[in-house]
Amino acid sequence: MSATPLLELRGIDKSFGPVQVLRDVAFAAHPGEVTALVGDNGAGKSTLVKCISGIYQTDAGEFLFDGRPVTINSPRDAAALGIEVVYQDLALCDNLDIVQNMFLGREKRSGIVLDEPTMEQLAAETLAGLSVRTVKSLRQHVSSLSGGQRQTVAIAKAVLWNSRLVILDEPTAALGVAQTAQVLELVRRLADNGLAVVLISHNMNDVFAVSDRIAALYLGQMVAQVKTTDITHAQVVELITAGRSGALGLPAEAASNGHGAEPAETTTGGVQ
Amino acid sequence: MTTTVVQKEGPAAVTPTPTLGSHVRNYVARVRGGDIGALPAVLGLIVLCTVFSIMRPSFLTAGNFANLFTQGAAVTLIAMGLVFVLLLGEIDLSAGFASGVCAAVLANVVTVLGYPWYVAVLAALVTGVVIGTTLGFLVAKIGIPSFVVTLAGFLAFQGVVLMLMEEGTNISVRDDVLVAIANRNLPPVLGWLLAAVAVAGFAAVQLLRRRNRANRGLVTDPLAVVFVRIGGLAVILGVAVFILNLERSRNVLISSLKGVPIVVPIIALLLVLWTFVLQRTSYGRHVYAVGGNKEAARRAGINVDRIRISVFMICSSMAAVGGIVAASRANSVDPNTGGSNVLLYAVGAAVIGGTSLFGGKGRVLDAVLGGAVVAVIDNGMGLMGYSSGVKYVVTGVVLLLAASVDAFSRRRSAATGTR
Repeated sequence: MSATPLLELRGIDKSFGPVQVLRDVAFAAHPGEVTALVGDNGAGKSTLVKCISGIYQTDAGEFLFDGRPVTINSPRDAAALGIEVVYQDLALCDNLDIVQNMFLGREKRSGIVLDEPTMEQLAAETLAGLSVRTVKSLRQHVSSLSGGQRQTVAIAKAVLWNSRLVILDEPTAALGVAQTAQVLELVRRLADNGLAVVLISHNMNDVFAVSDRIAALYLGQMVAQVKTTDITHAQVVELITAGRSGALGLPAEAASNGHGAEPAETTTGGVQ
Repeated sequence: MTTTVVQKEGPAAVTPTPTLGSHVRNYVARVRGGDIGALPAVLGLIVLCTVFSIMRPSFLTAGNFANLFTQGAAVTLIAMGLVFVLLLGEIDLSAGFASGVCAAVLANVVTVLGYPWYVAVLAALVTGVVIGTTLGFLVAKIGIPSFVVTLAGFLAFQGVVLMLMEEGTNISVRDDVLVAIANRNLPPVLGWLLAAVAVAGFAAVQLLRRRNRANRGLVTDPLAVVFVRIGGLAVILGVAVFILNLERSRNVLISSLKGVPIVVPIIALLLVLWTFVLQRTSYGRHVYAVGGNKEAARRAGINVDRIRISVFMICSSMAAVGGIVAASRANSVDPNTGGSNVLLYAVGAAVIGGTSLFGGKGRVLDAVLGGAVVAVIDNGMGLMGYSSGVKYVVTGVVLLLAASVDAFSRRRSAATGTR
């Protein structure tokens, strides 16, 4: 795609003490596209997301947002840029209702009093904008919702703030077949509305169902970022498990001895 | 009401406009699903009052009705503060003796040092805030479990009261204003006036909110439900004020004794204030959020530590208010003020009223309802001539019962998915 990516990372390094979790990672997310971030357990997906959302600070590397260099030092900075993360464990309060959850921490007020009607209206509009019709009442407690509905509320919460980049961490991991389809449809709709969406997933079916690009992490290195149409299911699995697949990924010798915490230093982080 | 109110469905109003019938059905469904709220307290109150009235006719007199309020006031006030701490799933075991310390400060300032009553009240409240801040800091910043911190406080404050009392003597409180709080009554007319203001205010808030929502096309409660609520409050307040305005004096010629005890509007005012804080401000919303899911609250940008410290501050301040009322009622402060059963009665009141020990669920009104249950048990069993040993056992059993109702309703709602 010719347009500049909404978010572009270059040369990101991150270590926890002696363990280097991310090395020279490059990553890009384009508006109107779903970018799938794949990788095995421990490949560094969650760390990368936490760096983007400001929970962790990177050791080296640069962030470009809208083509301009930015620094993200806290979740607040990320939120100010319009970056929202929907976490795997949802981060909803069971004892609050849908509207209360969607506005948690950013309540609308008139004076010192909560402006409930405005919040309820905005929540209704947001859900309607996402074509969500499965919730019975906006005033029902989140505890009474199904897994898919909770995921929907969590996503709607992220969209509510005119966000521009939404990162979804394993949104379908705990869902059944029908609910997964619902959530994926919602993910697709976010991108169609012009947002940049990053989808972290283990499920290849989900990845191929909705994503426009696939970025594969292997042992802390970005081994490939390609268009979904240019790659096959099997190739992605190879990238995840071995770090290379044919011409894609790490050079052969690097991948073959690239085990554990000490991969070869000849990393190219082949972004394509 | 306004005839121009158009009942339009809101953008997300997939449900049809609720009616009185659907409201009742929803409520029944909620209760069956384990969300029982204050139902046990209300039922318990009815059963207890019926039993005591049958066994001891003197229970059902205007004089005893007034006594219930003054007897239960201190415990209820402390319980109102405890609700905040319980909402976070924490506990404050020191609230009883914190109220004792504040009462001792009050007595020292007003009687020993001879300052006016308002200085003494301020000193007691400041003491409460300081105690709460310390407890909250130890819990939130140092990370000691609240159970341990407040257990230590329980012991230490007991000692502080003793020291303030110079080893066991008691200090009398003779200031007219302070004594009046729990021992004098409002003029009957003023009682009626306050009740009318309360009902009118409640009606105005309810109707305005309904109209505001209707104007924006949001789902509204049916007018019938709103009127049932307003009518219910009017009936309860009307009956209570009527009974309290009856002559309670044994000999009218010597002195007349009628009117609403002054402590009642104080409790009512604090009930409204704290309910407003919990339900209508973002601070209250954050308290519920931290109690429901601390991690979610943190990710939403809520300063969790600050919320945790603040609830302990509120709890200890309310304990101070309770201590002031206790000192007023006893006309003195002794080393046992706020001791013995006060704390357990207060925790019992909050839990019996429907506040969950697991956090995230509860209202300030629960403390008042539960406080009424505790006061009725204490008063009724006293009238039946049982020893305080029996009273303790019964109250303990009731607390256990309330906690198990809480645990069961929680399990049931987990199964039905309503919580």
